[in-house]
Amino acid sequence: MSFLVPCPHCGPRDVYEFRYGGEFQRRPPPTVSDQEWADYLYARRNVAGPAKEWWYHRQGCRRWFLAVRDTRTNAVLEAFWPEDKPEGAG
Amino acid sequence: MWQLFRKTPMWRPRPFRDRYDVVIIGGGVHGLATAYYLGRAGVRDVCVLEKSYLGSGASGRNTAIIRSNYRTPEGVSFYDESVKLYERLAADLGYNLLFSQQGHLTLAHTDSAINGLRVRAEVNQLMGVESRLIWPEEIQRLVPALDLSPRPRYPVLAALYHPPGGIIRHDAVVWAYARGADRMGIAIHPFTEAVGIGTSNGQVTSVLTSRGEIRAGVVVNATAGFCSTVAKMVGLHLPIVTHPLQAFVTEPLKPFLDKVIVSATLHVYVSQTDRGELVIGSEIDPYSSYSSRSTLPFLEATAAHTLELFPCLRRVRVLRQWAGICDMTPDYSPILGEVPGLKGFILDVGWGTYGFKAGPVAGKRIAELIATGRTPELIKPFSLTRFYDDTLVGEKAAAAVSH
Ligand SMILES: Cc1cc2nc3c(=O)[nH]c(=O)nc-3n(C[C@H](O)[C@H](O)[C@H](O)COP(=O)(O)OP(=O)(O)OC[C@H]3O[C@@H](n4cnc5c(N)ncnc54)[C@H](O)[C@@H]3O)c2cc1C
Ligand SMILES: [Zn+2]
Repeated sequence: MSFLVPCPHCGPRDVYEFRYGGEFQRRPPPTVSDQEWADYLYARRNVAGPAKEWWYHRQGCRRWFLAVRDTRTNAVLEAFWPEDKPEGAG
Repeated sequence: MWQLFRKTPMWRPRPFRDRYDVVIIGGGVHGLATAYYLGRAGVRDVCVLEKSYLGSGASGRNTAIIRSNYRTPEGVSFYDESVKLYERLAADLGYNLLFSQQGHLTLAHTDSAINGLRVRAEVNQLMGVESRLIWPEEIQRLVPALDLSPRPRYPVLAALYHPPGGIIRHDAVVWAYARGADRMGIAIHPFTEAVGIGTSNGQVTSVLTSRGEIRAGVVVNATAGFCSTVAKMVGLHLPIVTHPLQAFVTEPLKPFLDKVIVSATLHVYVSQTDRGELVIGSEIDPYSSYSSRSTLPFLEATAAHTLELFPCLRRVRVLRQWAGICDMTPDYSPILGEVPGLKGFILDVGWGTYGFKAGPVAGKRIAELIATGRTPELIKPFSLTRFYDDTLVGEKAAAAVSH
């Protein structure tokens, strides 16, 4: 085990039970420029510090959720369902 | 060999000035090679900033595999120039780099893997790079210790054999570039962190550091796993995600393996150093992170897969394990050169798990770009704009496990 991820449904579990889904982003409307669309596809904030990201509990409840994790230490500060914080753009 | 043990300093501390023509951020192989080739091109008002000690990043943590058997013509010609530079590098730098072109084997355990390797062999041969498919009989001759029986879950069916591939003493490369740059008067400032970059009217003007401000018109981002944090200083989000990559070495054994062995199916690669230790690695950790802590799941899985290839290693003990962080791009190719709309900010990033081998070519070509103001043809395909005009250089098949 390398660190624990607290699934909002199952509680703290070994990170290897999960699939990492990348940093949280907002999908832009289809009317944006090619440049903005390419940014959405490729450019990442890649934060060194607390980052909001998607996780999927592959070997547990099989649900996607959001977590704030400090990428320098892997400490997960908070985990929640997306509908519980709909405004929560990072 | 004696050089590796001698105690004279390799570079000297120089006064910290508040102005240089070129500031290079990152004291790994890329930053130091760029400094060295800038010096060779006559650009010597240069400093290298390193937030820790030289080689503290991936350049001191990698498994030192050098090869050019990539998949795309752009990739093959780029890495081939680096292999050729490495072949002359010990003489150029006057330093023993223990470069061993022992040959590199990528194993195929499935029909589809054979097809993938066949494509690479064809591209390599067209580009003049020695590389061909070989079958179990020849594999057994080259690597007697490899289990080629039908016993394993994934028996070995074929291999891509790349004779010029091999391994090098990575620390020696870093130190020798630093010494070469120092001898030309280039300033190396370890324990100096860049914390901000000043710009004015679309032009880089300064670097703010933990030791004060430096005015400079050209700033090179050569910080690999940390490159997003430096790009952010000019408001740029790169197509890069930082992932850890781990490796371990075993206790030294009598020499029994003189080829680099890679298996993408088993997610493992193995080589034996001149000291007799086996250096063993895998692919990146499955989540982004800036932490370079090792993990037990990596060691367990990678050791188990090593035994599928070499059951004879069952009783061999592990000496140590470590991790470094890697700047992964979506297409497994680097990002090199200027950034549209910001003069003087030069990228030498996106080195992922495969950038040590590219130190010489990237250093030389980035230096050429800075010295002449023109982007060399060889690195044009790797510009940041490829993500915006849809011309990615896909190397995943040739670089995900094989570094
Ligand atoms: C386990 C492992 C195995 C690998 N195996 C291979 C292999 O077999 N073959 C291969 O070709 N490649 C391999 N790689 C990849 C290779 O090591 C890297 O791509 C390469 O070393 C990158 O070199 P660099 O000089 O760009 O970066 P680094 O060597 O990482 O240097 C960047 C430096 O920048 C410094 N820095 C960061 N931020 C700042 C700042 N703000 N101010 C000042 N300094 C800063 C860091 O401290 C660091 O020393 C491997 C990597 C790892 C981790
Ligand atoms: Zn769950």
